[in-house]
Amino acid sequence: MEPAPANQNRPPPVRPPKPDRSLPRLILVAILLAAVLAGFAYEAGWLTPHDLTPADFVPAFEGTGARPGFRLNHAKGICVSGSFESNGNGLEVCKATVFSKGTIPVVGRFSLGGAMPFQTDTLTQVRGLGLQLTAGDGAVWRTAMINFPVFPLATPQAFYDMLIASRPDPATGKPEPAKIQAFFAANPETAAALKIIKAQPPSAGFADSTFHSLNAFIFTSRTGVSTPVRWIFEPAQSASPAPFAPADDKNFLFDDLIAQLAHGPLHWHLILVVGQPGDPTNDATLPWPPTRRRIDAGTLTIDQIESEDTSPTALLNFDPLVLPDGIAPSDDPLLSARSAVYSASFTYRSGAAKPPSAVTPADIQGIESRNHPGG
Amino acid sequence: MPQPRTQFTMPMRILHWLLAAMVLAMLCIGLSMVASLGNYHTLVSIHRPLGIAILLLVAVRLVVRLLSPLPPFPPTVPPRERLIASASEYLMYTLLFVLPLVGWGMLSAARYPVIMFGSFQLPFILPHNITLYWWLRQTHTVLAFLLFFTFLAHFAAVLFHTLVIRDRLLSRMLPWTSRPR
Repeated sequence: MEPAPANQNRPPPVRPPKPDRSLPRLILVAILLAAVLAGFAYEAGWLTPHDLTPADFVPAFEGTGARPGFRLNHAKGICVSGSFESNGNGLEVCKATVFSKGTIPVVGRFSLGGAMPFQTDTLTQVRGLGLQLTAGDGAVWRTAMINFPVFPLATPQAFYDMLIASRPDPATGKPEPAKIQAFFAANPETAAALKIIKAQPPSAGFADSTFHSLNAFIFTSRTGVSTPVRWIFEPAQSASPAPFAPADDKNFLFDDLIAQLAHGPLHWHLILVVGQPGDPTNDATLPWPPTRRRIDAGTLTIDQIESEDTSPTALLNFDPLVLPDGIAPSDDPLLSARSAVYSASFTYRSGAAKPPSAVTPADIQGIESRNHPGG
Repeated sequence: MPQPRTQFTMPMRILHWLLAAMVLAMLCIGLSMVASLGNYHTLVSIHRPLGIAILLLVAVRLVVRLLSPLPPFPPTVPPRERLIASASEYLMYTLLFVLPLVGWGMLSAARYPVIMFGSFQLPFILPHNITLYWWLRQTHTVLAFLLFFTFLAHFAAVLFHTLVIRDRLLSRMLPWTSRPR
């Protein structure tokens, strides 16, 4: 160290600042503080209040029937559990340990699309399946799928605009066809996707539904090769010959599922659909050619069912971007937005006490006792 | 008689600016990710490990702080301001410990995997309880704004002393060696 100069300890000169000299410096301090505040305001999006944010989706879903304590979308649901038996074939395209040969635990939730938690089941309403697969090393893979082969909406803005357009007129409580027509005119990709969706009539129930990832994801193999993949859970059982639930049952889809599970486990094959260069990864409204290679990666078995009122699985957010190492989001703009809005939905419902779900533990017990094999 | 120090020790100065950059980045990421749809996932994927890195570094910094000699306040800082400055220092240390722990706790209570990088994830530190998650989630926001305003007061005080009173207060923390003129 250099020897300290003799005046080291002298207090700095304390001149009473002259107003004429310190005023510009005070202004400089104020400008620097204002710049920091403005920077933070910019980051927080307060300077661009018209940009769509995750929070905007809360009132938009409330406008279509969301209720405190329930999910904003796919609000009506039932929890299940079982296992996934991986045959190891998935390792060819993906290093994720969920694809290692072996059997791992699965929890999930079957749901009906829409914000209304007590809506009446219909065959045409979109059905959802959320799954969580937990590999032996603790890696978690969540997926939230629906029974449509493509998604009708390409972007978060289109999703939001659709919610606003389908909000019932507050005066009459009825939908406004003119607004819906205007939405279709502004979003031609939605009409094209709905044509594909309507070409495949819905199956009889949850048990014989095919569930699609919709969005593309990027799989990475152990050798570092990246491949775009969409996946499908294909039912191993055919449609139940006759519905179990009476025709006037508001919950017939859920009640059929409970009854079918009382007779034995249900199975789905996990099919990895391997994309090729040029296949759209950033637009879930567009199908991939049907000739794409399919890898059967294993079998999902569902053997337990429980009401949301008692199942801890109801307290999970099936965020499609909770992914294991080896699966990453594609460039599809819906994916990050889904993660953000699912998170907003999760915080929304966790802040309120949840009323009993449409399908209660007593409902399940009653159906199970009526359908017990041999009973 | 040895001269009193005019600057913080070099390890303290390095830790100060490293943490300052990380905390400012963290506040910006936190603010923008909750308003973002398109960048939400990328920002959250940075926010999680950066928060844990801050938690580790502030632990190191606390140990260094307790072991380091401190330069005295310049005489231009009156006793009341010294109290406020010390209190805000303790508040910032507390917030830099508590904010990452609340974040880790709220992810645990919601059972979101606490992924750091690749396949490395942290264990859950709280039971699965979404009401607990909700309270921690609100607390995280309130504490983040408290940290922001504490930073702003700290920033304003140092600017005022350095630019208006001109007592070279900032030189105590500058990363290079600085002597009074």
